[in-house]
Amino acid sequence: MGKTKQLDRRWLFLLIFLGVALPLIFSIGLPLETTKNVQMVYDLVDSMPKGSKALISFDYDPASMPELHPMAKAVVKHCFDKEIDLIFTAMWPMGVKMADDIIDQLIEDYPDLEYGENYVNLGFKAGGMITIQSMGKNFREVFPKDMNGNSIDELPIMDGINNFSNIGFIFSLSAGAPGIKEWVQIAHDAYNRPTSGGCTGVSAPAMLPYINEQHQLTGLLAGLKAAAEYEVLIQTPGTATSGMDAQSIAHLIIIIFIAVGNINYWRNKRKEKKGGK
Amino acid sequence: MEQFFATLGIWLGAIFTFAIFSFLYKDNPFYKTAEQIFVGLSAGYWFVYTVFSILIPNLYDPLIQNFSVNWIKIIPAILGIMMLMRLIPKTEWISRFPISVVIGTTSGVFFLRYLKSDVLNQLTATMINPFVGGSWVMVVGKIMLIVGTISGVIYFYFSKKHTGALGVSAKIGIYFLMVSFGAAFGYTAMARISLLIGRLQFLLGDWLGIIQP
Repeated sequence: MGKTKQLDRRWLFLLIFLGVALPLIFSIGLPLETTKNVQMVYDLVDSMPKGSKALISFDYDPASMPELHPMAKAVVKHCFDKEIDLIFTAMWPMGVKMADDIIDQLIEDYPDLEYGENYVNLGFKAGGMITIQSMGKNFREVFPKDMNGNSIDELPIMDGINNFSNIGFIFSLSAGAPGIKEWVQIAHDAYNRPTSGGCTGVSAPAMLPYINEQHQLTGLLAGLKAAAEYEVLIQTPGTATSGMDAQSIAHLIIIIFIAVGNINYWRNKRKEKKGGK
Repeated sequence: MEQFFATLGIWLGAIFTFAIFSFLYKDNPFYKTAEQIFVGLSAGYWFVYTVFSILIPNLYDPLIQNFSVNWIKIIPAILGIMMLMRLIPKTEWISRFPISVVIGTTSGVFFLRYLKSDVLNQLTATMINPFVGGSWVMVVGKIMLIVGTISGVIYFYFSKKHTGALGVSAKIGIYFLMVSFGAAFGYTAMARISLLIGRLQFLLGDWLGIIQP
């Protein structure tokens, strides 16, 4: 077999690096269209009446921040704009800090919002699916206190919240397990609450089948692209939108290299065949 | 002082990012150092976090504050100690008991949930009339959903040789599987590029200040 000429992979790394860095510095402004799954999430949040309550679970850690943090910020902002009271939980230990960071980034724009009245961070609880299942039976047993040690009986936002029945919808920002899957299995399939979520691009193919006729999942924000779409829908361009040019250029480079690699493979194979004959 | 530590944090973040990226050129001491520091820091962080965020609030505090109500938590505490016995070769066998409890309860809980959500509900979602409602695009989509599901399942039916009609169906199933693998690869590529974007936004924004963070 003839020796095929191969490009040093470091050239590809350099090209990808430049393909991502340059569009971040010099914005191109490539168009961005809203997809159906993102629109479904937006419509779910938008349909909630003022004063309703939603549970947002931060089920990720800093490793997934570039993808999930922008969508977390966009969804929380949308909820605050719609005057939806938010209960933050975390099924991942570092999720507590992620929720805190999002609140810190947004709260300056909403000086009227009060901790304990309009939003609360209940913190992390270990146990994954078992914890979610217990929340469906008795919320207060799982989270007797918020992350600051306040009893939830003293927090006005928790009035009447004993299980999932008084929660308008559940939204999980998920980087793996426990995450969206567990929330769908319990919150929707066992307690019939509208459940939605945002996940990393890697886990999206495993979550997409839940968007079906049974409405197990109401829309899905999959990866940075979906975060950018959501930012566009709420008319607040952020880090996801600014990263979309870079994403598109990097994808273009990958596609070109895949095409060139395949053409090269096909040509070499033809040469080998001819040589053999 | 706060400003100093914030700046120090950004510089350390930038230096460690470059140290990790340097592996793309070739393995080197900077990468090795960053890797080892990351492993050590993570282990220390998680140990402290487990003690203060899981063990103390879920076990120690309830037992100290109200023993008569929470005495049942002694059982998982004993199982936890039994699990640690695997660190000593002579008592390793004791850890099999808590492991069996974990496996038994987990499979019991998960079996029901997965059966309902991933089997029954998913199957019900496929049992649809594709020609009812929606545009022709939706009709085609629903037909593809049904054909894809059935042919995909047929591909994994190994009790009969894949010849004739069964073979054709299995072949169609392979094509659907290939498309799903392609989609999964696409999403993975997107996710990896997103991580690079996040790092470069940090370097160009927070560190160098060239772009708006």
